Amino acid sequence: MSTVAPVEESPRTDPARRGWRRLPVVHQLRQSVGLQRGMLVTGLVLTGLFLLTALVAPLLAPYEYNQLRDADGPFGAQQAPSAEHWLGTTVGGYDVLSRVIYGSRTAVMVIVVAIVLSLFAGVLIGLLSGYFGGWLDRVLVVVCDAVYAFPALLLAIVMAIVISGGQSSLFGGILAAAISITVVFIPQYFRVVRAETVRIKGEAFVESARVVGAGHWRIMTRHVLRNATRTLPLILTLNASEAILTLAGLGFLGFGIEPTAAAEWGYDLNKSLSDVTSGIWWTAIFPGAAIVLVVLGLTLVGESLNDLADPRLRSRRAAESGETAETSVVPGGSLGAGPAGLDGIEGRPR
Amino acid sequence: MTTTRAGEVVGIENLSVSFATDAGTITAVQDVSLSVAAGEVLAVVGESGSGKTVTARSILGLLPETAATRGAVVLRSKDGSAQHDVVALSAKQLGELRGRDAAMVFQEPSTALNPVYPVGWQIAEGLRAHGKYNRAQARAEAIEVLRRVGIPDPEERIDHYPHQFSGGQKQRIVIAQALVLDPGVIIADEPTTALDVTVQAEILDLLRRCRDEFGAAIVLITHNMGVVADLADRVAVMYSGRIVEQADVRTLFSAPQEPYTRQLLASVPRLGEGRARAEERAAARAPGWADAAPAVAARDLRIVYPGRFRRPDFVAVDGVSFAIRPGEVLGLVGESGSGKTTIGRAIAGLTRVTDGSLSVLGTEMRGVREKAFRPVRKRIGFVFQDPASSFNPLLTIAEAVAEPLVVNGRAEDPRAARSRVDELLEAVQLPRSFGDRFPHELSGGQRQRASLARSLALDPELLIADEPTSALDVSVQARVLELFAELQRELGFACLFISHDLAVVDLLADRIAVLYRGRLVEEGTGAEVLGAPQHPYTQRLLASLPVPDPDVQAARRAAWQQLA
Repeated sequence: MSTVAPVEESPRTDPARRGWRRLPVVHQLRQSVGLQRGMLVTGLVLTGLFLLTALVAPLLAPYEYNQLRDADGPFGAQQAPSAEHWLGTTVGGYDVLSRVIYGSRTAVMVIVVAIVLSLFAGVLIGLLSGYFGGWLDRVLVVVCDAVYAFPALLLAIVMAIVISGGQSSLFGGILAAAISITVVFIPQYFRVVRAETVRIKGEAFVESARVVGAGHWRIMTRHVLRNATRTLPLILTLNASEAILTLAGLGFLGFGIEPTAAAEWGYDLNKSLSDVTSGIWWTAIFPGAAIVLVVLGLTLVGESLNDLADPRLRSRRAAESGETAETSVVPGGSLGAGPAGLDGIEGRPR
Repeated sequence: MTTTRAGEVVGIENLSVSFATDAGTITAVQDVSLSVAAGEVLAVVGESGSGKTVTARSILGLLPETAATRGAVVLRSKDGSAQHDVVALSAKQLGELRGRDAAMVFQEPSTALNPVYPVGWQIAEGLRAHGKYNRAQARAEAIEVLRRVGIPDPEERIDHYPHQFSGGQKQRIVIAQALVLDPGVIIADEPTTALDVTVQAEILDLLRRCRDEFGAAIVLITHNMGVVADLADRVAVMYSGRIVEQADVRTLFSAPQEPYTRQLLASVPRLGEGRARAEERAAARAPGWADAAPAVAARDLRIVYPGRFRRPDFVAVDGVSFAIRPGEVLGLVGESGSGKTTIGRAIAGLTRVTDGSLSVLGTEMRGVREKAFRPVRKRIGFVFQDPASSFNPLLTIAEAVAEPLVVNGRAEDPRAARSRVDELLEAVQLPRSFGDRFPHELSGGQRQRASLARSLALDPELLIADEPTSALDVSVQARVLELFAELQRELGFACLFISHDLAVVDLLADRIAVLYRGRLVEEGTGAEVLGAPQHPYTQRLLASLPVPDPDVQAARRAAWQQLA
C-alpha cells in the first residue's frame, strides 16, 4: 500500500458524453435486465405504436371516422370484413378500422388534457398544503379523501353530466371527459406531492435555506418542488392507462362523444353490444382489443419504471468476480439495510 | 476443504467479494485472510468503504444476493466437533449454522429488534429456530440470558416490548439474542456507534464479559480507535478492501508498521491536544475583550416542546445561561437528548424560545418575528450535522454556495456570484472545478467543507456548527477540524461548536460547556473542565471516553469501574 492519503476523489464521467444515456426512459432501459427489460420493451413498443397511430391517423385510416359512404354509395351496416373494409363496418355503417385508428387520437387528447390539468392543480395544492400545513392542509386532505371514497367512474359520470349535459361535440366531449378524469386524479398527485413535501420540509437543506434567510416562495420552488416531483413520471404513466379506461367507461355508458364528432372506442363497444349475441364479432373485438393493448402498454411502462426506480425491486446482472479497479469501495447501499430487512439476504451466489 | 488450526473458530482464506451495482462490478474485499482464535477479540478497523463490514458479514453468509464470493470462510463449532466452509453452504445449512456457531450484534439496537413482539419472544426465536426447546424451557433460557447480560428483573422484563427499554438496554438485549445459543464467535458490527459515550462504556464492559464468562470469540468491527484499545486483543486494519496490517493490540498502537495505520492513529483526536492552542488564543486577546458585548447571551433559557395528546410537555432546555463573546469558540458537549442541538437551533431561529432570554447579535429571540430576525440571519452561518442531506441534490455545489449571496441580494444569480464562490471554495481547500459538481459526486469530507464554504459566504459574525464531523471518518474528520480551526483564526467569527465528542470539542474550543438533560452542569476552559471536572456527570463522561492507547485505557477503565 503505497498511497497514504485516504481516497477522497469520486469518479466522474464527462457530462456531454453521458448526456443522452441519462434521459428518463433511455436510462431506465439501459439499467434493466431480464424479465424487467422484456416488460419495459413490450410496454414501450405498445405505447409507441399507440402514439404513432394517433399522430399519422389520417394517413393510416382508409376512410374518415364519420364517413358513411364513398363514391360507390353507402358502406352498409354490419358488413363482414372484406377487401374494402378490412375490419368490417359497424351497426351505424362506419368503417371499423378507420374508427379504431381515429379512436387513438381521441384517447391521446383526453389523456394529455386530463393529465396536464390534474398535474398542475394537484402539484400546486399538494405543495402548498404540505409546506404550510395547518388548517388548509387538514381541509384539503379531508376533501381529497372524500373524492377518493367515490367510485372513480361514478364521479366521472357526474362531472360529465355537469359539464356537458351528457352528450356533446368533439372539444366539449373531450374536455368533459378530461375534466371528469382530472377530478378523480387530482387527489393522487396531491397526496404524492404533499407527502414528499412534508418529508423534504424536514431535510437539512431546506433548513439551511431558511437559515440563510430565503423566503417561503423561493424555498418552495427552488428547494422543495424539484425534489418532490421524482415519483410523478411513474404515476403519470399509470394514470394515463387509467384515463383511457375511464374514457372508455364513459363512452360505454353513453356519456361519450357523438360518432360524428370523434371516434371513440367506448362508444363503439356500447353500440356493438347487441351484435355480439348475433355472431357479429368484428364490431366489438377490435375497439376492445385497442383498449386492452393501449392500457397494457402504458401499465407495463409504468410498472417497470416503478420497479426500476426502487433499488430493492430492480434486478441486476450477476457480479463478475475479479478484474476491477484497485481502489473500488462499496457505496454503502445494500449493506445499510436492517438486520431483518434486505430482500434476498438468503440468496447465495451460485 | 481447508482445515482450521486447533483453537481457531474462524478461518478466512483469500476471501474476495464483489458486488453487482448500477455502475458495474465493484470489488469490496480482495484477498483477505484472517483467523480468529477461540476466546479472542479481533478488531477489524478501517474507514467506511474499506470492506470491514463485508468481511465480517461473510462469516455468517449475510451478504445480499448481488454479491459474488470467492475464497473460503471456515467456521468451526464451539466444541470443535464440526467445521463448515460458509461460502459453499446452502441457505438451509446456513440457517442451522447461524446463531449456533456464529451470531451477530448489529449497530442500531432500535432497528435490530422487532417492535411488535416482546423481547423474550425474540430471544426465544433463536432457540425455536434450532428446535431443541419447548416453550417453558425457551422462556427459562431467555430469562437466564437476560439476567446474565445485566437486565434487572428479567422475569418481568421478558414480556416487555423494545420501546420500553433504553438504547443501552436494547443493545444488551441484542447481545443476549446473540448469546442465547452459546455461539463460538460473535460478530459485533459497530455495536456502540449509535450509543452515548457513557452507555458505550457499559456495553464494552458487557462485551468483555461475553468473552470472559461465555467464552465467545468476538469479531469487533469499528472505526473508533478508543474502542479498539479498550476491548481488542488483536487488530486487523483494512484499507480499500485489503488488510494492510495485522498485529497484537499493543504492538499496533505502540509501533504501527504501515504508513496508513500510522496516519489513521495520528488523526484520532486526543484529549488535551487543544489546550495549548486555546491558551495561546486567550493570551493574544486584546485587553477589555471580556467586557465587549457578547455575540450570544442566554439567561435562564428554557425551551419546551409541547406534548401532544395529553402527554406532558418535553423540556429540552431548562434554565441554561451562557455567553459567547466575539471571536470566541464555545464547545457544547452532551449526550443525545441533552438539548445541545436545540440550543443551536434556537440561536439560528429554527426553534422558538419558551422562556428566559436569548440575545443573538443584539436581537432578543424570545417571541421574535421572522421579519425582524431576517436581517440578523445573514450575520449567522450554520453548518449541519449530516453532509449528505444538507445540500439540495439538484443544485450544483456552486449554486448551493451562492444561495446565501443570491437570497440576500449580494448577487443577481448564481452565475454572478461565481467569483465569490470560487474564493470560498478555495478558502475551504476545494478545487474551483468542484463548483460544477453535484453533491452526490463529492465525498462526505468534501461535502462538509463545501457546507462550511456556504456558511461562510456572507462573512458571518457567528457560526453555529452542529456536530459537523460526527458523520465523517476519523482521518477526514481530522482534516475538516484543522481547516475549521484555521478559518476561525483567520476570519475571527464567534462560534458555537456542538459535539458529543469531548476530544473534538477540546481541540477547537476556548471554553467548554457540558449539558446534561437540558441543564448546564459545568462550564469553563478546556483545562478546567477536562483537567479537574467538578460535576459527577462530567467526571463520568470523561472516564467513559475510551482513549486510543491500550495501557492507558486499562488504567482508565479501572477508574471508571470505581466511579460507576
